[in-house]
Amino acid sequence: MGNVLAFCEYSDGQLRTSALANLAFARQAAKFHAGDVIALLVGQGAAAAGAHAAKLAPKVITVEADGGELANYLAETYAPVVARLAKENGATVVCATATAVGKDLMPRVAALLDAGMASDIAKVEAKDTFVRPILAGNAYSTVQITTPIVVVTPRQSEFEPAAELGGAGTVTAAPAGTVDALGAKFERIDAQKSDRPELTDAKVVVSGGRGMKSGENFKVLEELADLLGAAMGASRAATDAGMVPADWQVGQTGKIVAPNLYFAVAISGAIQHLAGMKGSKTIVAINKNKDEPIFQVADYGVVMEWEKAIPELISEIKKLKASR
Amino acid sequence: MKILVPIKRVPDPTQKAKIKDGHIDLTGASWIVNTFDEYAIETALRLDENGAENARIPGTEIIVLSIGPDDAAKEIRTCLAMGADRAIHVVAKDDEIDSLTVVKVLQAVVAAEKPDLVIMGKQAVDGDANQVGQMLAGKLGWAQATFAASLELAADKKSVVVGREVDGGVEYKRVPVPSVITVDLRIVGAKAVKNGVTPETHSYPGEGARLPSLKGIMAAKKKPMAVAKLADYGAAAAPVITEKSVTLPPPRAAGQFVADIPTLVKKLADEAKVL
Repeated sequence: MGNVLAFCEYSDGQLRTSALANLAFARQAAKFHAGDVIALLVGQGAAAAGAHAAKLAPKVITVEADGGELANYLAETYAPVVARLAKENGATVVCATATAVGKDLMPRVAALLDAGMASDIAKVEAKDTFVRPILAGNAYSTVQITTPIVVVTPRQSEFEPAAELGGAGTVTAAPAGTVDALGAKFERIDAQKSDRPELTDAKVVVSGGRGMKSGENFKVLEELADLLGAAMGASRAATDAGMVPADWQVGQTGKIVAPNLYFAVAISGAIQHLAGMKGSKTIVAINKNKDEPIFQVADYGVVMEWEKAIPELISEIKKLKASR
Repeated sequence: MKILVPIKRVPDPTQKAKIKDGHIDLTGASWIVNTFDEYAIETALRLDENGAENARIPGTEIIVLSIGPDDAAKEIRTCLAMGADRAIHVVAKDDEIDSLTVVKVLQAVVAAEKPDLVIMGKQAVDGDANQVGQMLAGKLGWAQATFAASLELAADKKSVVVGREVDGGVEYKRVPVPSVITVDLRIVGAKAVKNGVTPETHSYPGEGARLPSLKGIMAAKKKPMAVAKLADYGAAAAPVITEKSVTLPPPRAAGQFVADIPTLVKKLADEAKVL
């Protein structure tokens, strides 16, 4: 038996949606390990977000540094805290959602614990056995890990967000211990501000590709996205060409999304892109060339130039909304 | 700078995945240098050269290391042909090693070679694990900068500012020398790497890593490649992760072409019920 220590990201006093997928995984793992889920919140504002976490996990540990040394996330300072608390709390599973932070942090935690790690998993098969996509999602590998502690990053799109438990868990504050950044320093973040939902949380995603030709042309896709409350995405070709911000990229090396509805507009459908979106429930492809590979994964394909298709789509959806 | 670049050979990702006896069938597969590792070699070269004069900075060295079967020598030579100076080939079968084994070897190589930086791809495009760089940094007690989209070497060469693509923007993180850096695809952008020697006005082609030149290919044949075993670095063929089986995802149900936008909207509303 052992506990599951779930590192959870939060902002403004609430766990992030991505952390709810981690807790969903943690509950499954805890059953196999006959232990408890312990949510771990590290950094500035951890205590404030503890109350929300306590609705979702029976035990919550928060860690803040008095001098603000943990204010900005750094793998160098966070990993020793996670590893130490894993040992102190009898954890046999340590997990975090495979976000930019989770992917940066957890292998370092695994190294500190001499633990085997399964990245980006889609499914729990047994206490030490997990299913994970390989080859850009073209195959699924079932792996078994033999170390006493296993480290796992679940893929957000594969786990339904954990629901609240109905009671309140216990919240305890743990000391930060010695914080040593090993010479690393957070300098700044150039944030992309947007009122749209996060790409990985959105129910609808509108993505554009190389065929959009310019960033200016993406405006019409943004109009469609805003009409649907959708997040904006893009293919690597479009982000590489500088048409849209890099963090819009959907694909093997970008974001993995699985919305209810995915629009791929003027996207050819390279393996790299398909790896990031083929888990979507309904895929619509709009492209002027009917031979593009995107049509092989699309549920609905329209062979048409985007210049004609998108304005018409916006007007038809407006009509549909007005009729309800 | 003295830079260690660990690389992995991977099956060419454009090949269709086939299953044999419950695992990926690699019979007759063609192999390439993992794309992100190729970018790591490119990054190391850009740090160690004057790009405008196409000349290496004196006193710099790039060592490429790979752990893999005998055949992997071919991919290692490709990296030497791109411009790396020498290589270490640790011979091991793919099923004898996992991330922690690789890290153990790398740790020993770092201790022996004392590089200023370890630069590698953020992940291998076959296993997609994205672990080794972070694990190595953790084991060494070094700082790490993962998913690097840009690098700028400080004037005193004692630190590097790394632009990292994170959720919601680009984070700039300073790491000291030595550190472990893992690179993302935008690191090969026209002006993504700044070493203080290549003039700011210089632009690289920005379309991936450089191809080996004919001269480079000839030179690579004479460059030293040390051959070693796992045991030489205190590592053993004892992976803690084993692959039980591999399956291919079920194909998506066949889609349909629709003739016009009104039909599409009707189907999305009534059939798929997503509008």
